[in-house]
Amino acid sequence: MSKQTIIELRNIAKHYMMGSEGFYALEGIDLDIYLNDYIAIVGSSGSGKSTLMNLLGCLDYPTAGEYKLKGTDVATLNETALAGIRNREIGFIFQNFNLLPRATALQNVMQPLIYRGIAVAERRRRAQNALEMVSLQDRMAHVPNQLSGGQRQRVAIARALVTEPAILLADEPTGNLDSSTTTEIMALFDKLHGDGQTLIVVTHEHEIAERCHRVITLKDGHLMSDHINQVSAKLSSSEVVAYV
Amino acid sequence: MSNLKFKIIEGTRSAAHSIFAHGFRSFLTTLGIIIGVASVIAVVSVVQGFSANITQQFDGMGTNVINIESYTPREERLQGVRAKLSYDDYLEIKYRVPGISNVTPTVTMWGSNALITYRGQSSSSMIVGTASTYQKLNTVYPERGRFFNLSDDNSRRRVAVLGPSIISKLDIKGDPIGQHVGVSGEWFKVIGIAEKRGKLFGFDQDDFILLPFSTTKALLGGAQEPDITISLQINEPSQLEQVKQHIKNLLRRNHRLSKDAADDFEIATADQMLDTFDAIVGSTTLVLGGIVGISLLVGGIGIMNIMLVSVTERTREIGIQKALGATRFDILLQFLIEAIFLCLLGGLIGLILGFGAGSLISNLTGLPSATVPAWAIILSFGFSAGIGLIFGIIPAAKAANLDPIDALRYE
Repeated sequence: MSKQTIIELRNIAKHYMMGSEGFYALEGIDLDIYLNDYIAIVGSSGSGKSTLMNLLGCLDYPTAGEYKLKGTDVATLNETALAGIRNREIGFIFQNFNLLPRATALQNVMQPLIYRGIAVAERRRRAQNALEMVSLQDRMAHVPNQLSGGQRQRVAIARALVTEPAILLADEPTGNLDSSTTTEIMALFDKLHGDGQTLIVVTHEHEIAERCHRVITLKDGHLMSDHINQVSAKLSSSEVVAYV
Repeated sequence: MSNLKFKIIEGTRSAAHSIFAHGFRSFLTTLGIIIGVASVIAVVSVVQGFSANITQQFDGMGTNVINIESYTPREERLQGVRAKLSYDDYLEIKYRVPGISNVTPTVTMWGSNALITYRGQSSSSMIVGTASTYQKLNTVYPERGRFFNLSDDNSRRRVAVLGPSIISKLDIKGDPIGQHVGVSGEWFKVIGIAEKRGKLFGFDQDDFILLPFSTTKALLGGAQEPDITISLQINEPSQLEQVKQHIKNLLRRNHRLSKDAADDFEIATADQMLDTFDAIVGSTTLVLGGIVGISLLVGGIGIMNIMLVSVTERTREIGIQKALGATRFDILLQFLIEAIFLCLLGGLIGLILGFGAGSLISNLTGLPSATVPAWAIILSFGFSAGIGLIFGIIPAAKAANLDPIDALRYE
């Protein structure tokens, strides 16, 4: 079974200057991410999870190494081009939802399409479709304050999906949610994965990681392990074969 | 280019959203601009209304008309000396200066010795004794009846043309034409009513009575020769300077002025008066412009201050927008448009308020109605937009340069 590579990381390093001392957030990361991967990135706090997430999401540049996203060397792009990559290829889902507080659910989902230069009628149509996909068609005119945590996160997911990104990057997506809502959101992720979406979930929760098909563990800025989660992978697909 | 247009439209949409979401704050933010623009429009509209009215009156006088008046320097006036233009001066000019027509002598009386009576009522109005040619130089048209003619003047007829205000002041009932009013104990038959001209600075321009010059002269008697004003029309406008020089020489000789003595008369053209008036209006407008410039500057600083606060407050939103793919330019444009939009809105409100205030002022004070010239509208909008651009650029640049990771983490 052939696997289409979406992301290639080669010897990625990220250094920060904290005062006069250098700090190695990431060191020598090699990673390949394939189409329809369902990955959990785990590790304790300070392990470099967030830094890796920011690099993968093109919010930050690596200090060294090579990052190819769908064949494009992202590390050499300027800020404006990087913003374009974020807009087209990356869908962000955050722990605290990060919705625009004064905008309605529909306006929030329409927002990324503005930066793509899509006219308002088409934006509305696509945003409505995306909200229907997360079963929020009857909450479109509500502002985030009027929505529950789970609903807010589903708006955020719709916003991430509306641009049809290459990868969905979720940073502790259930960190602010109760357990039943967590289950609901994870079920939605499972469904998206089933539809062919590539997902990367950063989490420190064991239950979440267990649902993912591939678990990458970071420690002190190094990649400790990268293994296939046999149990959950078996549950939904036969892709296990591909990794073995 | 169409991409930029799209971004500007989207930026405007977002700016409107954000401005109206914080309605009261936006109002306070732009209050400086509102007050600045409102005050300039109020003052400019009053000044311009006044100026338009004056100009119209000058136009009525005709541009090739010359007025000659006596002039006494202040020092001599203190010594009790008074320069005078006499009837002889008038005759000399009329018959000896070539290239002129409609030479008109005018004698004006004011105050307590200018009493007009009618059936027990009396009115202290301006009494103007003048020739029939006065009408041609000053465009006084009778609304009813007629103006006096050459024969009225030549035969010293006791006829009068009334300003419309006198009719109500004297409480004249019925048709005033054909009735008689008393001036200095003599009766004058009313033959015409002048057109209404309205008030200027609270001064009633319709409170006058016009009498034939010869009649007025006889009325005053020979006791004291009156000081007259001489108006005339130049046939060829290009000969203005020659005619003026001619009149000047003639009057100096007539008044026996020595070579180094100053003129005891003034020769003024309507154009000159208009120029002087324009200069006054121009410098007034300039001073006002300066004051407004300062108030708009203060308003602009207010806008910048609130925009800076707003950028800090919305740091996280900016982070989200950047994560969703907004470029630096998108964010810069968004905040810049917001600042300009805010200023233009302030400018518009200021314009409406200012025009309202100007109209109110001119209504209450009896000034001519306020007019806002197009340049004032364009200038105040241009200035508002400029203020928005200048004072919006720093907050907008601050927003655009935020690091997306830091901005997303901002609490």
